[in-house]
Amino acid sequence: MNEASLIGLCAASVSFGALLYLAALGEMVSEKAGILNLGVEGMMAMGAVTGFMTALEFGNPWLALAVAVAAGALTALLHGWFTVVLGAEQVVSGLSLTILGLGLAAYLGKNAVGRPPGAVLAPVDWPVLSDIRWIGPVLFQQSPMVYLSVLVGVVVWFILSRTRTGLALRAAGESASTADAAGHSVVGLRLAAVAVGGGLAGASGAYLTLSLTPQWAEGITAGRGWIAVALVIFGAWKPGRVALGALLFGGTLALKTRLQTFGVDFSPILLSMLPYLLTIGVLVAISIRARNRPSPAPASLGIAYRREER
Amino acid sequence: MELSGIWKRFPGVVANAGASLTVRTGSIHAVLGENGAGKSTLMNVLAGVYRPDEGVVSVEGIEHRFRAPADALTAGIGMVHQEFRLVPSFTVAENVVLGAASRILRRQAIEDEVAELAERFGLATQPDHPVWQLSMGERQRVEILKALWRDARILILDEPTAVLTPAEADELGVVLRKMADAGRSVIFISHKLHEVTGFCDEATVLRGGRTVAASLRVADTDAGELASLMVGSSPMTTERPPPHPVGDALLEVTGLCALGDRGLPALESVDLKVRAGEIVGIAGVAGNGQRELCQVIAGLRESTAGTVRLAGQDMTGVSPRRLFEAGLGYIPEDRLGVGLAPRLSVIDNSILRTYGEHRRGPFIVSDLAEAHCVDIVERFGVRTGPLDEPMAGLSGGNLQRLLVGRELSGRPRVVVAAQPTRGLDVQGVKAIQDLLVEAREAGAAVLLVSEDLDELLTLTDRLLVMHDGIVVGEFDPITAVRSDIGEAMIGYAAGVGT
Repeated sequence: MNEASLIGLCAASVSFGALLYLAALGEMVSEKAGILNLGVEGMMAMGAVTGFMTALEFGNPWLALAVAVAAGALTALLHGWFTVVLGAEQVVSGLSLTILGLGLAAYLGKNAVGRPPGAVLAPVDWPVLSDIRWIGPVLFQQSPMVYLSVLVGVVVWFILSRTRTGLALRAAGESASTADAAGHSVVGLRLAAVAVGGGLAGASGAYLTLSLTPQWAEGITAGRGWIAVALVIFGAWKPGRVALGALLFGGTLALKTRLQTFGVDFSPILLSMLPYLLTIGVLVAISIRARNRPSPAPASLGIAYRREER
Repeated sequence: MELSGIWKRFPGVVANAGASLTVRTGSIHAVLGENGAGKSTLMNVLAGVYRPDEGVVSVEGIEHRFRAPADALTAGIGMVHQEFRLVPSFTVAENVVLGAASRILRRQAIEDEVAELAERFGLATQPDHPVWQLSMGERQRVEILKALWRDARILILDEPTAVLTPAEADELGVVLRKMADAGRSVIFISHKLHEVTGFCDEATVLRGGRTVAASLRVADTDAGELASLMVGSSPMTTERPPPHPVGDALLEVTGLCALGDRGLPALESVDLKVRAGEIVGIAGVAGNGQRELCQVIAGLRESTAGTVRLAGQDMTGVSPRRLFEAGLGYIPEDRLGVGLAPRLSVIDNSILRTYGEHRRGPFIVSDLAEAHCVDIVERFGVRTGPLDEPMAGLSGGNLQRLLVGRELSGRPRVVVAAQPTRGLDVQGVKAIQDLLVEAREAGAAVLLVSEDLDELLTLTDRLLVMHDGIVVGEFDPITAVRSDIGEAMIGYAAGVGT
């Protein structure tokens, strides 16, 4: 292992971390409002394919990103319609969304497979910063999506913990009847949160096909949506901790493809289990701690809300 | 504030049949009625939770049609529900401002504002504490603060003292008076008459969904008159069952300790003995270990020390099933959660304990099961629809009869009944009480936990009082002075350490 490959590993960890962070932030917003959306993988695939195709058609990466966000949000709203409005079982609906999203993306992207990208989100070149040894290549020669994910993280944190909307949204996830009685629209808040979640998953997908691996292939999301779901639990529903988890999990993704070049004899399959093992560990820790204090999970997560039930 | 001609129907029930209510500004107005008289429904209509099928809500002369609680809040009506609407993981301040916060929240600023508001009305609170750490009385203060924060001019309290200790209830009275003096109106729902005569100005009595007496001046009436209005005919006094010879001790609890849900000690060395043919009552303010005691005896909670003996045999920590086979009938506090499965049919619910007897090989024989169910339904007077339909459609009283019937049908030697009559109407209460007395007559040892002191004083042969996880006193229900029992319940009795 030499210096260049170590820098490469760190830079890739940050890139993959941002990819996971965007999707996990979205899932976190949705779960904070009480809606579990297991369709992240499907929404990511929809964002990935629509972003890539828009870039092919119009050659503008920012337009492509916007379309991907919209596609992710629309896909998510399907889940929102079923679970928030109709009160359907969230796990079943979310799983269906994954299958639907993956299938629809594969269908839409048939003709885009193997084609060179129409546009990419080129790495940002920061004056001075990009040239710093070590730090420059790891932090300041990244795709704009990396900086965007940090910005989104700060915005999400601010909204959730420092604004009225955030307070109401968290209340909808903790105790929907309380939020309702306080005069907030539980349906509105939850739909909005689900849509934001889908939009961010879509952005994450677009990051994949417009920047990280600028091409489209069926199954390109490769289970990263599921890591994002696990990441929310690992980060205990806190934007800061989710960011740390994203770097850690991003690191395992980056390491997986580099193990052999480093000459380390460790199975990449075992390595890709790591995020899930860590998440299970966190779940165990949470339930041990929950004996005398509430769990960090939103208390109404997964529970549909209907007024006038008696 | 005026409500008139309110009708509200639920599937199978008419909760309000033309009820009306008028409340003057600056007064504390009691709304009285038995369980099921339609008090809570009427208040939920006023607070915008339910939409009335018919009727008019008007506040200060303006007619309103509330579509959501938010509309009622805007009109100045705030409600403190029986089940608190609080977010346990939020701080007190966050809960208070939830309904009306500034766009950007500054933690310190809202905590200061909430503290100031609390002080103005004499409500002690700590704005930065998360609600899950608070006692029930403290949570109620947060609820009241919420309404005050929204500048509610009409505050509805739905049975506010049910969760409070007597001292806390008195404090609440003082706070409400302060609010009334500040020109706000308080609607106080209760069925405890001494509270109504204690700190309310006017009272409206509901019965069967109708208003039977509107805006009586409390000063011009007395508890007896209010009681007879609530019940309809003259107040029902259950007669004391005649004394009955007692036999051997069938239930013996010695040195029993157990932890509560939060992992803190809930029972600290409880000793008690119930003999054949007697009813032993346990009085106490909710949350002093009664629930845990019943659960340990029924095998649903682990004990940390001590023994439970049934008819002389050590039964500590054995499974609920073995306890049942050994002759324990258990009527749990949480009927629908622990006692019955609402979505199963009436038949299935009736054989939950004894399904092993109605089978051939691995299969349940439906004829046998049905016969067993019919037997319970007829013997215990359960009014049901079709027996093979989900039990959830039964009324509260009939659910409880089915549960009690199931537990008593096998003629248990020991019966543990936790709050068996809570939430039932007069007839239901009477029926359940009669069944417990019958069980006693049949030679069973009955342990009755109740929060209704009148019930305990009438039914029991001996009365124990629990406070803070221990039995702090024993009373003879015939000679006992109520105030002595009351003091024991709050731990003030002589020789009771707290």
